[in-house]
Amino acid sequence: MNFEQVGKIIDKHQEKRTALISILHEIQDRYNHLPEKALRKVASRLKMDLNDVYGVATFYKSFSLIPKGKHSVTVCLGTACHVRGGPKILKELKKQLNIEPGQTTPDKEFSLNAVNCLGVCAIGPVMFVDGKFYGEMNPVKAKRVIEKINKNKRKNGVKS
Amino acid sequence: MNKIKSVSDLKRWKKDIIERQKQVKTTVSVCGGTGCHAYGCKKVRDQFAKAIKKNKMVNKIRLRFTGCRGLCERGPIVTIQPQGIFYQRVQEKDVPLILSETVKKGKLLDHLLYDDSVTKRKVTSEKKIPFYKAQNRLILGNNGLIEPTEIEDYIGIGGYNALSKALLEMKPEQIIDEVKASGLRGRGGAGFPTGKKWEDCRKAAGDMKYIICNCDEGDPGAYMDRSLLEGNPHSVLEGMIMGAYAIGGTHGYIYVRHEYPLACKNAETAIKQARKAGLLGKNILGSGFSFDVEIAKGGGAFVCGESTALIASIEGRVGEPRSKQIHLVEQGLLGKPTNLNNVETWANIPLIINKGSKWFSSIGTEKSKGTKIFSLVGKVKNTGLVEVPMGITLKEIIFDIGGGQQDGKKIKAVQTGGPSGGCIPASLFDLAVDFDSLTKVGSMMGSGGMIVMDEGTCMVDVAKYFVHFLQEESCGKCLPCREGLKRMGEILDSITEGKADEESLALLEELAEVVADTSLCGLGKTAPNPVLSALRYFRPEFEAHIHQKRCPAAVCTPLIQYSISENDCIGCGACAKVCPTQAIKGEKKQSHFILAEVCSKCGSCIDVCKASAVMVQ
Repeated sequence: MNFEQVGKIIDKHQEKRTALISILHEIQDRYNHLPEKALRKVASRLKMDLNDVYGVATFYKSFSLIPKGKHSVTVCLGTACHVRGGPKILKELKKQLNIEPGQTTPDKEFSLNAVNCLGVCAIGPVMFVDGKFYGEMNPVKAKRVIEKINKNKRKNGVKS
Repeated sequence: MNKIKSVSDLKRWKKDIIERQKQVKTTVSVCGGTGCHAYGCKKVRDQFAKAIKKNKMVNKIRLRFTGCRGLCERGPIVTIQPQGIFYQRVQEKDVPLILSETVKKGKLLDHLLYDDSVTKRKVTSEKKIPFYKAQNRLILGNNGLIEPTEIEDYIGIGGYNALSKALLEMKPEQIIDEVKASGLRGRGGAGFPTGKKWEDCRKAAGDMKYIICNCDEGDPGAYMDRSLLEGNPHSVLEGMIMGAYAIGGTHGYIYVRHEYPLACKNAETAIKQARKAGLLGKNILGSGFSFDVEIAKGGGAFVCGESTALIASIEGRVGEPRSKQIHLVEQGLLGKPTNLNNVETWANIPLIINKGSKWFSSIGTEKSKGTKIFSLVGKVKNTGLVEVPMGITLKEIIFDIGGGQQDGKKIKAVQTGGPSGGCIPASLFDLAVDFDSLTKVGSMMGSGGMIVMDEGTCMVDVAKYFVHFLQEESCGKCLPCREGLKRMGEILDSITEGKADEESLALLEELAEVVADTSLCGLGKTAPNPVLSALRYFRPEFEAHIHQKRCPAAVCTPLIQYSISENDCIGCGACAKVCPTQAIKGEKKQSHFILAEVCSKCGSCIDVCKASAVMVQ
């Protein structure tokens, strides 16, 4: 893996410690996770102890030390979604993908996340898949969303 | 856009903008709030842009992509000015019709109008829709008039007028007096008087002072701060600049949740535009006052909504709260005096300075002034963002604005204040909502989430939900919160699984008291509130789980069983088709049955059964 981008991201934030979380976000956006070498580089450039950088990277839920899947599936478990059946959506997705929240499928295709509120409360239960919101979900609709991604994948696979 | 160096420059700019806007006759506004996005508003907007260009109407129609309009449940929402036409559930295919019929010929499209279920009439304009009628949208209303990424739209509706008044006609102390006199209290939840906080921070010693806007809106079920920062970022910025001038602030941060990418983007754009226009940076409006703002991003930790944890997060540390013996206004970010207010609080400041404290304090109750934005969600018909004067009753919010129950089940409670608040039973719905009245009944204002619950909601399950939520979000620094919540969660788990005994409720209450009394920060201190309020008003539900091993709302899966009534089943097979575990068997046109050992109790069958034959006990 080439870590040239990490240096550029740190430069952009002028090595400021107050930008640590923003820096880590940008690294994760670029590399799909926080690689160890990148964290070491951040620590040395920001003149921070590696332990402290590691602490931040593991305390905040947005960050992952292991690579995430190609498709990100996020289920909202905020109160509004909860009372309208959010847990049922999560249960169905766990079954479909055969993983727990926070995990990635062995083929690195899907990552499943459960979050505490996506702020789209009016149309709950909500799931957020590859940058798109799906409102008023039920287990059947959730299953179809995953099936559609799998179907497209197979279709594209045949084409190429 | 030239740099604005004086008040006369700003006035001239505003005049130019209004002149230019007058030349375009029609404005079509497509709501770009998150709810509407989920319903496909981006496609509708793109379709409008394409069609307007194709029909060579670019000079005649202004297309606006606005922030959240509130009635999210009816998205995508499109309004047409100057006629004030309100269309809902607009799809791509409706766009050519809207342009050819409504815009060109002035004809209304019946199928896009709001259907008032009470009067059975179609409603043509926003003002006449019951959802909007009882509201007083002083802050949120502007979302519909501007495109959040266009500073000129904000200037056109009088934006930064308050700033010029504050910087050039008022002394810092006068601004503080005005905010104090307005009676404005912090909208983040605790309701601390804003003017008092500003005064304390101004008095604190130090040449470097920080101004922070808290948009770490973590309360599940609340999204008003998101919609404000996304939909009208300049109003928040204008409030912050005035606050900085009053307090003597030198640098500002807007702390935004990472889960709100559009809010980050729009705030970032607004900051750049304000800098370019000379409204941020050195010597603002030629007043000699300098101030700048930057964005700080969160990392998905609920506890960072707590002010001291938020500051630790900006400093690049783990978000652990500290004791507040030394106040932030004296020693906050990087050890300097710091003034932190919530998004909605900042957005109130331009209003107060423009219209005066006397006007502002005429709205609301004796001790809670102005309006409050609530996110009205859950089991209620009209879900969305509502802005109402303080003192309005829960009944008016839930029934007049919200339209009452959603799907035939009676409303039994409303949850306010997020994980720090509590559930208020329907018997108390005559309560006039303000900071103090909500606290009195065992809940709190919080940031403004209002989650309506009906007979299909289990109050034990809700209490369990909040305890698990907080257990997961506890930073782990102090023991009562870290371990106490875990044990409370275990007790609630055992109740919902039908394994709890007689003593569990007493133990739960004792634990709740210890956690509340001995935790360090607000998260732990208020964590038992959802449990205590549920016990206070819905104790019989807990007892039914413990003694009769029964969940009255039929929610707790270990205690319920699905079955199909032989007499009612019409054998259509819809249930068998949707069943994700293939647990439903039966021949076509024959009565179906459920294999209990295969059933995952997901409830999909009950949702599709037209004959209401699926039963849950």
